[in-house]
Order: sequence, then C-alpha cells, then structure tokens
Amino acid sequence: MNLLNIINEIESVEQGTHDRLNPRRAAIKGMFSFGSKVAVAALPFAMGSFFNKAYGQAPGSVKEILNFALTLEYLEAEFYTKGVAASGLIPSGPALNAMTTIRDHENQHVDFLKTALGSDAVSKPTFDFTAGGAFGDVFSNYDTFLALAQVFEDTGVRAYKGQAGGLISNKDVLTAALNIHSVEARHAAHLRQMRRARGGVTSELKPWITGANDTGIGAVVDAIYAGEENQTQAGVDIAQLNGVEGKLSVNAATESFDEPLTAEAVLAIVTPFIA
Amino acid sequence: MNNPKKEVNRRAFLRYAGAGAAITALMVTGCKEDEMPVPDTDEEGEYFGTEDIAILNYAYALEQLEAAFYTKVAEAPYSDISTLEMQYLNDIRDHEIAHREFFKAAIGDSAIMELELDFSTINFGSRESVLATAKAFEDLGVSAYNGAGRLIEDVGYLALAGKIVSVEARHAALIRDLISNGSFADNTVVDANGLDTSRSPGEVLSIASMYIKTPVNVKDLPNY
Repeated sequence: MNLLNIINEIESVEQGTHDRLNPRRAAIKGMFSFGSKVAVAALPFAMGSFFNKAYGQAPGSVKEILNFALTLEYLEAEFYTKGVAASGLIPSGPALNAMTTIRDHENQHVDFLKTALGSDAVSKPTFDFTAGGAFGDVFSNYDTFLALAQVFEDTGVRAYKGQAGGLISNKDVLTAALNIHSVEARHAAHLRQMRRARGGVTSELKPWITGANDTGIGAVVDAIYAGEENQTQAGVDIAQLNGVEGKLSVNAATESFDEPLTAEAVLAIVTPFIA
Repeated sequence: MNNPKKEVNRRAFLRYAGAGAAITALMVTGCKEDEMPVPDTDEEGEYFGTEDIAILNYAYALEQLEAAFYTKVAEAPYSDISTLEMQYLNDIRDHEIAHREFFKAAIGDSAIMELELDFSTINFGSRESVLATAKAFEDLGVSAYNGAGRLIEDVGYLALAGKIVSVEARHAALIRDLISNGSFADNTVVDANGLDTSRSPGEVLSIASMYIKTPVNVKDLPNY
C-alpha cells in the first residue's frame, strides 16, 4: 500500500475544507470527554447532534472516518500494550506470543493511520479499560482481559465494515481499510479460540459469530453483537438455500456473513472505555 | 473462431504460459486503473460479464472453488481427523456453500455456470495436504475480496463483500492455527504496517486457474 497515494487522495478530496479542520478535530476530541458524562443509551442522539453542530451533517468524510478508525486503534493498541506489560496476566508461551503479535499489529495500525492523516490526526484519548469499574480486574484477571480483547476485535471488524461504503470513492484508502479489517477478523478468530480453550461458558465458542451475542459474557455486550443474528442478505434468506443435507442451518446463515455497525453504535460501545 | 485448431492452440498456449505473463505485459502498458481488463483467456469460455456483475461472478467462481473443496473434504475426511476439526471443516463448508448459493441467487440470469474443477493435485487422505490447500484458498479468498473492493461501483455490493471477507479471514486464521498455533496473522500475510494482503483479480485468477477446468472468458472483468 502506497501511503503517499492515500495522503494525496485525502488531500485532493478534502481540498477547500482546511478551515473546517480545527473545529472538527476539537469536536471529535470534545465528543469523547462529553461522552463519558452521559448515559450510554443516550449517546447515539448526542453524537448525532454533536456532528450536526460541527459539520452540518453526519460523519462521513474520509478524514472523519480515518480519525474514527484511529481512535479505535488507539484503544486496541493501548489495551494490548498494557496487557502484555502486566506481569503475571497473560500465560507465557503461545498466549503471550499471540497477544504480542496482536499488540504489534494494533500499534502498526495506529502508526499507519497517523501517518496517513498527518497533522489532522486526532490525539490519543485517555482510556479507562475498567469502564468506570465494570471491569476492575481487566489487567489482573486473564479471563476478563481475554473477554475484552475478543469484544474489542469483533467490534473493530464491525466498525471498519460499517465505514467501507464511505470510502468507496477513495480507492487506496478503501483498500487500506479493507486490509486492516481482515487483520482484525484474524485476531478475533484467534482470541475466540483462546477463550474456548479456557472452557466453562466459552467452551462452545467458535472462531466465527453464531447468532447474536455468543460470547457467554452476558447482556453487557449485547450491543456489540446486535444484528449479527441477521440471516437475510440482499433479500436472500440464507437459511432457505440448499446445503449438503436439506437447507442450510440458521447458525450457518448467521455465521457466514459478518454484519456492520454504524459509527454511532461503535462510539456508544467504546465511550465507557474513554476516561 | 472459424479456425478450431488455432483456437485450441491458443487455449493451450494460455494454459501453459499462464495468465500471469499476459497480465504483466498489460500492466506495463500503463492502462488507467479500473479500465484494464483481465486478458481474454478464452473468448469462447464462460463469460463473466462486465463491471460489478463481472466482479460478482468472480466472487461466485471463488466461492464455487472453496465450497466444492470443503464438500469433498467432508465426504471423505482424512483418517486422523479429530471430532473438533471435523466440526470446524463442516462449518466452513456450510459457510462457503452459503456464499456460493447466495451469489448464484443474487446474480440470477447473469450468473456463470457451475464450473468444472480439478482437485487432482490435492491428497484428500492427508491432513497436511488438505489443510495446506485450505490455508491457500482462505488466504487467497481474503486477498481477492480485499483487492476487489476498489473495483466495485455499487455501495451495496461493497457492503456484501465486506460481510463475506471477514468470515473468510476468520476461516484463514483458524486453518492457520490448526496447522501451526499462533500463525493466524503471521508475516506471510500481514505486512509491516499491519495490513493484510490484497490481490488484483488477474493475480488471483492466475493462482486459481490450476483448479478450474472450465474455460473462462474474463476479458471484461475489471482489473488493475
């Protein structure tokens, strides 16, 4: 991927909007400090009014999408950086190796997006991975850490998927985003196997998403998987298609297509983790 | 066309020379991106159509390949297969069948025919051979969707490709971990920027062509 092409594409698309950039950046930063003070359920509306004030429209420009992605990558990168550094948290051997691999990718994504955005890159928010105390043992309890890792990755996959359409006119940016998107999916698949290996409520977890919330974590992550139970694609009911013996199962229908999330839904999910 | 012998010779030449060489030749001519077609590997072959329809048929062809492969694996699994591995491979088979049948239904009258495939290079009795092929197919599928995204014109089709590619990536990660735990996203597929691989349709078809017996006409398939 040619980073220069990406930067050029952003510049050419965004020309003439330079005077709007500072307020926009300020608004995105302000959005996060604002978000932690309001109820999560109220956020989608609050986000919408914030964006309307700042830009007169919903988020959608290439820079906004890349800054949205960068914010998610900051979150993931710091999460794994802290987790890998926490002594006694992750078992040494394959588990620590896998987390180190994922940590490195997330930091590479941060660097990549920051380079692409240049001076327009948002700065890293301050994160609270306990989400105000809900996950107080995140860096001392391996299962809590693994659970959050899985839901962050599955969220990341859905977040990038939801923004692909907004990048359709910027071919190099779109390709880069797709190339990050599938890496997040590889991470998610591996983390799901790591959780499965822990047994208990996760002993049936698969690398792919079955139905909606299949995590065993409970209703607290329902929003992260909302819509994954969809079995109809472009008007075709996948469970009505022929499989090997009769129709395909509903499970296969939901597993075989991952679903996107809107930026608003993703921000509502990650806002509790922003201090 | 009115000289069958000449056509056969041409077909044979392309088969042995490989589409790759022709693609390379085209690339140096400096065609504008999105306008450069994949070389017409066989004018009498199964026609993929133009623009987005051609991309959908291209995806349909790849899903046919994957679905047929896993169907064959499930029909006669290698002898030392574990219960869990069997479950995973059956799940993946069903996902690929879902993708294949979805494209067939969605493309409708413009869909290509059922392709005749050639898996003679695969030893289905060997875990090593089956998983190595699965890994190659899944990584190829991920790179194919990632690389085709920029050629898709309709935002709805792009969304569909996005819904499928992450499932292929989940498959790829699992298969890689079955071969060697921890290789789910190693540096053979992910670069120093943390980016996965993308391939142009021409690159993908030149790799996949060894498994496809039906002559195909992809002269109007968008490429770069």
